[in-house]
Amino acid sequence: MKTTTALATVFALGTALPAMAADCPIKVGVLHSLSGTMAISETTLKDTMEMLIEQQNAKGGVLGCQLEAVVVDPASDWPLFAEKARELLTVQEVDVIFGNWTSVSRKSVLPVIEELNGLLFYPVQYEGEESSKNVFYTGAAPNQQAIPATDYFLEELGIEKFALLGTDYVYPRTTNNILEAYLQSKGIADSDIFVNYTPFGHSDWSKIVADVVALGADGKKVGVISTINGDANIGFYKELSAAGISADDIPVVAFSVGEEELSGLDTSNLVGHLAAWNYFQSADTPANAEWIAAWKARMGEERVTNDPMEAHYIGFNMWIAAVEAAGTADVDAVRTAMYGQEFPNLTGGTAVMLPNHHLAKPVLIGEITAEGQFDIISQTAEVPGDAWTDFLPGSAKLVSDWKDLGCGMYNTETKSCVQTLSNY
Amino acid sequence: MKTLLLALCFALSFSSWASAQTHLVQDVLQSQRTLIEESSRNTIGPAIDALVASGLPQMQTVLEVWQAKDMWQRKADGLFFRATKNADGMYTLRSLDTGAEVSTAASTDLSQLKPNSGVRAMIATALVQFQLSDPDPVKRADALVSISRDPGAALLAPLRAYITAETDEGILARKTRLERLMTMAYDSDVASRVAAIDQMSGDLGVDFRATLNPILTTTRVISQTPPEANIAQEVIAGSDALTRELAYALLVAAGDAPVEISKEARDTALQANIEGGRIAGFPVAQLSTEAARDEAYDALVSGNLAAPRVTSADIDASLANVRFFDVYTEPSQVVTAAAEAALAASETRVAISQAADLGLDALSLASIYFLAAIGLAITFGVMGVINMAHGEFIMMGAYTGYVVQLFVPNHTASILIAVPLAFAVTFAAGVALERLVVRWLYHRPLETLLATFGVSIALQQLAKNIFGTQARPLTAPAWLDGAWAINDVVSISYIRIAIFILALLFFALFVFIMKRTRLGLETRAVTQNPRMAASMGINPDRVNMLTFGLGSGIAGIAGVAIGLFAKVTSEMGSDYIVQSFMTVVVGGVGNIWGTLAGAAMIGGFQKGIEFLNPSNTLAAQSYMIIFIIIFIQFRPRGIIALKGRAAGD
Amino acid sequence: MNKSFIARNPSVLIFLSILALFTLVVTVLSEGFGVGVISTSFVKVLGKTLCLCLIAIAMDLIWGYAGILSLGHFAFFGLGGYMIGMWLMYERTRQIVVGSLSEGVLPPTPEEITAGIGNQIFGVVGSSEFPLVWAFADSLVLQLVFVLAVPGVLALVFGWLAFRSRVTGVYLSILTQAMTLGLSLYLFQNASGLRGNNGLSGLQNLPGVTAPQSVVSLWFFWASALALGLGYLLIAWVVSGKFGSVIRGIRDNEARVRFLGYSVETYKLAVFTLTACISGIAGALYYPQAGIINPAEVAPIASIYLAVWVAIGGRGRLYGAVIGAAFVSLVSSWFTGGQAPDVSLGFYTVKWVDWWLVLLGLSFVFVTLYAPNGIGGLIDLFKRKRKETDA
Repeated sequence: MKTTTALATVFALGTALPAMAADCPIKVGVLHSLSGTMAISETTLKDTMEMLIEQQNAKGGVLGCQLEAVVVDPASDWPLFAEKARELLTVQEVDVIFGNWTSVSRKSVLPVIEELNGLLFYPVQYEGEESSKNVFYTGAAPNQQAIPATDYFLEELGIEKFALLGTDYVYPRTTNNILEAYLQSKGIADSDIFVNYTPFGHSDWSKIVADVVALGADGKKVGVISTINGDANIGFYKELSAAGISADDIPVVAFSVGEEELSGLDTSNLVGHLAAWNYFQSADTPANAEWIAAWKARMGEERVTNDPMEAHYIGFNMWIAAVEAAGTADVDAVRTAMYGQEFPNLTGGTAVMLPNHHLAKPVLIGEITAEGQFDIISQTAEVPGDAWTDFLPGSAKLVSDWKDLGCGMYNTETKSCVQTLSNY
Repeated sequence: MKTLLLALCFALSFSSWASAQTHLVQDVLQSQRTLIEESSRNTIGPAIDALVASGLPQMQTVLEVWQAKDMWQRKADGLFFRATKNADGMYTLRSLDTGAEVSTAASTDLSQLKPNSGVRAMIATALVQFQLSDPDPVKRADALVSISRDPGAALLAPLRAYITAETDEGILARKTRLERLMTMAYDSDVASRVAAIDQMSGDLGVDFRATLNPILTTTRVISQTPPEANIAQEVIAGSDALTRELAYALLVAAGDAPVEISKEARDTALQANIEGGRIAGFPVAQLSTEAARDEAYDALVSGNLAAPRVTSADIDASLANVRFFDVYTEPSQVVTAAAEAALAASETRVAISQAADLGLDALSLASIYFLAAIGLAITFGVMGVINMAHGEFIMMGAYTGYVVQLFVPNHTASILIAVPLAFAVTFAAGVALERLVVRWLYHRPLETLLATFGVSIALQQLAKNIFGTQARPLTAPAWLDGAWAINDVVSISYIRIAIFILALLFFALFVFIMKRTRLGLETRAVTQNPRMAASMGINPDRVNMLTFGLGSGIAGIAGVAIGLFAKVTSEMGSDYIVQSFMTVVVGGVGNIWGTLAGAAMIGGFQKGIEFLNPSNTLAAQSYMIIFIIIFIQFRPRGIIALKGRAAGD
Repeated sequence: MNKSFIARNPSVLIFLSILALFTLVVTVLSEGFGVGVISTSFVKVLGKTLCLCLIAIAMDLIWGYAGILSLGHFAFFGLGGYMIGMWLMYERTRQIVVGSLSEGVLPPTPEEITAGIGNQIFGVVGSSEFPLVWAFADSLVLQLVFVLAVPGVLALVFGWLAFRSRVTGVYLSILTQAMTLGLSLYLFQNASGLRGNNGLSGLQNLPGVTAPQSVVSLWFFWASALALGLGYLLIAWVVSGKFGSVIRGIRDNEARVRFLGYSVETYKLAVFTLTACISGIAGALYYPQAGIINPAEVAPIASIYLAVWVAIGGRGRLYGAVIGAAFVSLVSSWFTGGQAPDVSLGFYTVKWVDWWLVLLGLSFVFVTLYAPNGIGGLIDLFKRKRKETDA
């Protein structure tokens, strides 16, 4: 089947050579799962991209070219992400890819993107400890989500004892490692940090919730930092409310629970528990109101917006600006033009693309409301994303600077570049 | 102290009361405007104190309004109001002084004050003195909750003052308990503290232990002689409690000993001393082993170019000079002794309770497994049909519950409708499956397995197409919310109790149907010898169809129950299918008691592993499977094996 | 013996010829060595499909010929992939680390290199200690031995336990399914030492090889074709002899074969272990082409699909397994890849992405009920007809 596509491409190449000079249309690859377990989260992002491209085309496209979305379905199958990425870059010859959600899918496409010098915009909050020349990370790094949320726990809620609950995969593992080191640097004793990992889709939470309650026995205020992923949250929050734990007694701050996840829950018993993101639908700005209105008009009144959507919104608009600045959609030229690009956030303030391929974005903390939305109670100034955390000994000495140093893994102690490819 | 201050301010402000009373609250708020706007737990203290100290009678309401996030600020002039949203989206502003309506405004002209939960807790603490004597028992209870969340010495006096006047028995008990706990922590009289501790010794409550543990916090002190303080114990360096390395690190941290040369420090020193490609005479290129580097460093040391290493003898010498003591922060030795004794008394009871709680968890998990497997015990255990779509029947039941809740918003009614409806839906689906597929494959069990797998794949995808991949809410009625707390340690949620009862009911139903009804008799006859049964006038087709339908229907009801306590997704069935088969196989095929035993064993074992390895729940599941595989070696026919002819093959 | 074996089985020769021709055509049309009509990504798809065909014929041997429906063979496939993946990852990382450390002032010590590799491989999952399972990851030879040995030993132990206690039929199927579930749950843990959910990635980059992927993909394609050819030959030879008769006898009536004095358990164990080893090889060739291996690959559903392929292709005939695996996996990826045109019914648009699995599931029911011989059965039917017309 792909032979036919390949054949067609060859045929097209042979006949359409004169038209190539104009380089139109500019192709935008969309690499989000439309089936399988991640479909529910990622389909939303595919729709977001289609909406953004339509809006841009209505404005006249870019460089006088219309944009064309090339949508493929990697079906939540991680090896398939690599296959589809290769297909996008070599067969479809897209100029940029917007895609991926899970860390493992990103690790799967990294070698391909780097081998073929593609350009990927990755929109989801992630564990950091990575920097690729060919990837722009528009989601939050740990210092843009986990660290501010922990500060909030320490400063505003006076938490003295932490339960770090997570699903057993790389994002919670790394985040919790960073947080453990961070908490120790803040004077929290090892014995006051309880860590637990559960499988994906875990449903039997009674013992873990009981363990968390029991942490309060030494008179310290307990808080839960949750990196529990996906469906498992439902059982967790149900057990939490069954145990009668109010947010005032043991607050829970989640990094993977957004508006979409709450729609699977009755939130009346969860009011006051927290989430930390760079965006909430409830953000009260004109730009956000317009964005939500456009989204609802396109997708339906009951649909919600969320953080990764905003990441794509910022990433896409920055890419457009960079293409216009570079005067071409060529990957290397666009990448150079990306550094220092600014674009207003939906939540107010301005996002800036840094030389380490991360954004400077504000961090928001919201309390869950009975309507399944978040009430924003804290908003920081823009925090620059950090690819390599300062709180783990192995990565504290590393910096990423693709603009001046030309290296994503630069060792500041030995003053040398560890590797120019990323670690996958 | 606060009350005194309050009275003072009250008297002071009374003189100017009449003239400017309409703006007093607003004035106080405006004087604290920046702090209130900043709204951080670290800085808000003075603002709250000022509000309370103003002594204005409206302040209780103001604080309550603020706490409930109902206080808004007009952007134009910065004035604070109580605002309520109208039907048209505009906000009605009311004066905080008089409560009178001032004006209406659009939300764009206002900003809402959103005290975070840390600030709200401080407001709650400030409200305590108003609420302790409030005529409304709910508010008095609120005050107690606020105190227990953030107890402080200042609150002990007001609490005591309002105990005698308390009329509500429940609140009185809570007040008394709280007073006892606060006496332990904050009373100035040692004797009364000890009395309070002794009185509650052995109590199970988390609050009790949470009060005593801080009293027993210790700090580690380095000293040559026992310090003049309440010493908990002397710690010997080199013992398990304090390893040599740790002890030396303490000395280093205290600045009493030189730092050990780490590898990094060694390498830094080496790099700093490169001269013409050599370090202390060693060619740099040869330093590619740890031993070579150590040697080069030693050469540097002998040349006085680097700090000497700290040897084992140095460490011993440093440690020989000092002693380590754990010292209580609580100065009174009598109190700490009493607290130790009281905690020790609780400890055994807590351990027993924790074991009981774990037992309850295991029981609950077993009942969930049993519920998921009981339908299978009929189709697989009795009929011998492998139905891999069993999990999807569970899912169908759960989605039926979800759909019913879409139409019937009342949760109690919807569950009452959902249970029979789920049975009906999955019964029908089961009958259809039996008629269309299973019936043709009775003599080919492997094919049955494969065909039902096909059905399972199709049903799962169908559910995704209809309901999407995201979890759907299935909400339990309010009377199933919450948990049955036997004490502060042992508790179990009502929904789990309901599942347990449901599992027992089904067990009874199963036994009743199989042993006491005609259908059961016919089923057993058909399973054992279909031809003989047929010649006795039993219609095996009909019996098989009904039995299969019954098993599927029960799976549907199990689906509703599982959905209530966990989640409703298209993949929930596959989460339970392998576990369910394991339950039936481990228990012994063809015997409901076996299934019960299998569920109990798997549930208990899994909780046991979780208990031994609390930080990794995932491990429990894979060890469980290894255990099952090994278990099958020793009892291939399960815990309760059928004997004789019925065992068949 | 060999000659007569080929003579007795002309289908083997036909299959090998077709495979050789196919390999040649793909090579000529590829980007790496030929005219470039077939894209590199499609060469990888074809190479992976050949590996799937290899495990499918192994599945056919154990299920179609020996009658043991194993629902756990993808566990062996995955283990093979993990074993080779460990070396690929270790060696690639080692070269990077050595390269980076040699830029330092002091020459690196072995300890520093090990720590550097550990930090690179496990740093992303929050540790830097080398787990015990990586003890031999630096040796390609040993890891290649493990590709065969680890699945083989697991199959031997599991099979010995299972067959010894006379677990048969559906019980064995469920037990094998539990085995692969247990393995995937174990691998999902970070504590497994194999990077948990992330698995091993970047496997397509062979350490020390600078050739472009268009060439490397062909190397693997050839290796996969060779492995499939040899595997086909081996299995065809195994089933054509006395051994084949015995295992077919076990499939049809285990008790009788036992009464005839054969050690049924030994035969079963031999078949189980042999197929596990073949599966391991298939996996070791598959994952360097896929680029990443992670625990989701050994989830029970994968092994069920394997059974689906073999059933649709036709059990008990090796070419049926090949046809089933190639046909179903390629058609699957076509339907779920979004290339298949949606069917508009006026009131509802059927999107294949959504409906393909429903169709697959139902067609599986259909095949089981009405065409137990699968697609291969059609070929038999055709052959028989031709014989009839010839006669």
